[in-house]
Amino acid sequence: MSDTEETGIARQVAFRGGGFAPTPYRWIGLAVFVVLVSLAEIGTRSGFISPLTLPKPSDVLLTFGELYDSGLLWTHLAPSLTRLAVGAALGATLGIGVGVLIGLFSYIRAGMVPLIAAIFPIPKIALLPLFVIWFGIDEASKYALIAFGTFTPTVVATYGAVDNVDRTLIRMGQSFGMSWKSIVRKIILPGAMPGILSGLRISLAIAIILLVAAEMLGAEHGIGAYILEAGALYNLERLFAGVVILSLLGVLLSTAIGAIERYVLRWRT
Amino acid sequence: MDIRLSGISHSYGDFEVLRNISLDIPSGKIVCIVGPTGCGKSTLLRLIGGLEAPNKGSVLQLGVPADDCLNPLTYVFQDFALLPWRSVAGNISLVLEDHDLSRADIKNTISDVLARTKLTDFARALPKQLSGGMKQRVAIARALAVKPAVMLMDEPLSALDSQTRELLMDDLVALWTRQPFSAVYVTHNLDEAVRMGHSIVVLSRCPGEIREVVHLEKPLDERSYGDSDLQFRQKYLWNLMREEAQAADSELINV
Repeated sequence: MSDTEETGIARQVAFRGGGFAPTPYRWIGLAVFVVLVSLAEIGTRSGFISPLTLPKPSDVLLTFGELYDSGLLWTHLAPSLTRLAVGAALGATLGIGVGVLIGLFSYIRAGMVPLIAAIFPIPKIALLPLFVIWFGIDEASKYALIAFGTFTPTVVATYGAVDNVDRTLIRMGQSFGMSWKSIVRKIILPGAMPGILSGLRISLAIAIILLVAAEMLGAEHGIGAYILEAGALYNLERLFAGVVILSLLGVLLSTAIGAIERYVLRWRT
Repeated sequence: MDIRLSGISHSYGDFEVLRNISLDIPSGKIVCIVGPTGCGKSTLLRLIGGLEAPNKGSVLQLGVPADDCLNPLTYVFQDFALLPWRSVAGNISLVLEDHDLSRADIKNTISDVLARTKLTDFARALPKQLSGGMKQRVAIARALAVKPAVMLMDEPLSALDSQTRELLMDDLVALWTRQPFSAVYVTHNLDEAVRMGHSIVVLSRCPGEIREVVHLEKPLDERSYGDSDLQFRQKYLWNLMREEAQAADSELINV
């Protein structure tokens, strides 16, 4: 009080901090989704959006229901999931293996890094005819395409992750006389895990893209074949039902990796 | 086991770091190495432990380490170097697993060193849950677990705040008093040097050469915070280093 009297003015210091810190808001993502879908629904119902531009979301849901009831959903989903699982597992395993080797051995790094850089930008879809010749028109060529597509990003993420392992920890291992094998197994591999897992996130998204591409070129069943068929008939409801399945698949895989990350990397701050 | 450095010189390319260092590290004593920034203290420590090879001269082990010694030359690092994905006990077991020890032996060693460093209750904690001082105690416990002949301590307390540093110095002195170990203790903190060192080696600025070796006779456990005779020695050391420290401070970094 006496200060106020002395100087005449007392003002609250204005707050100017805060912000620039991502805060999780759980329901906003869902709300955006709901709003977009409802806008589409309202637009198509009122005729503002013509049925040729966009199918009614409710019709898409109906089509999805029919697909489920008829059992066709599994006929298409089962081979797709198998292809995805086999191809991605092959590609990721090989990719992590090669990536670790590049990270550990300078000769392999010198030989492989330019090769990987050369392979990485090739659109793998363009190689599908080649894979058909090499591996036949059956499943093998599809596995190969998906594996090849997941391989390169996994390699790049893995050797980056190995490079980023804290050198002081490796020195520590050496200074305690740990064997080379122990250093790799107990220090380098766990230390590279965060980088490998975040690389896997990208690789698996690419695997889904390639899955559809592979199925569009000669597959009787599968989500890709289903979408292609719907597209050829301009059956937009079916097309969208297929696309929604792919989106859900992506969200599911990403959630799964998130769960694995939370479990394997629970030591992280 | 003693360590003898004879005529060590080392340079990185054209940049000479150390010149003609000869020094004996007697067993059961703590030798402190002090010097201005960039005088090659840490390089010297890496040379002693075999993490780097000197360009000239050699590091000799005189005598054989005790039979139960698993890793004669063992480091304690400034940044602790704990594996964040392993618990306290796991970090200690890491350095024992490569040796031919039974599970029971490993368990006994871990509980012994944890008890000596007062960490028994934290065996299952992860490094991220520990304060800096506790992390360094874990690193010291890990070093003790391999029963080293010589501990090589690279600014072990420099990452800690001054109160924690006081506490840890007391702990180290207590550990040494109970069971004397040999150590090379690199620090830039003269207070630590006069509290922990039986002898203090003062290095000059680049290239690092031995300027003077100061011996302190007062037993470690009788030294304490703010002792007037220690402060006198500290002042003496500071006068030795002052000008060079100033020069080092105003120099462009040559790396």
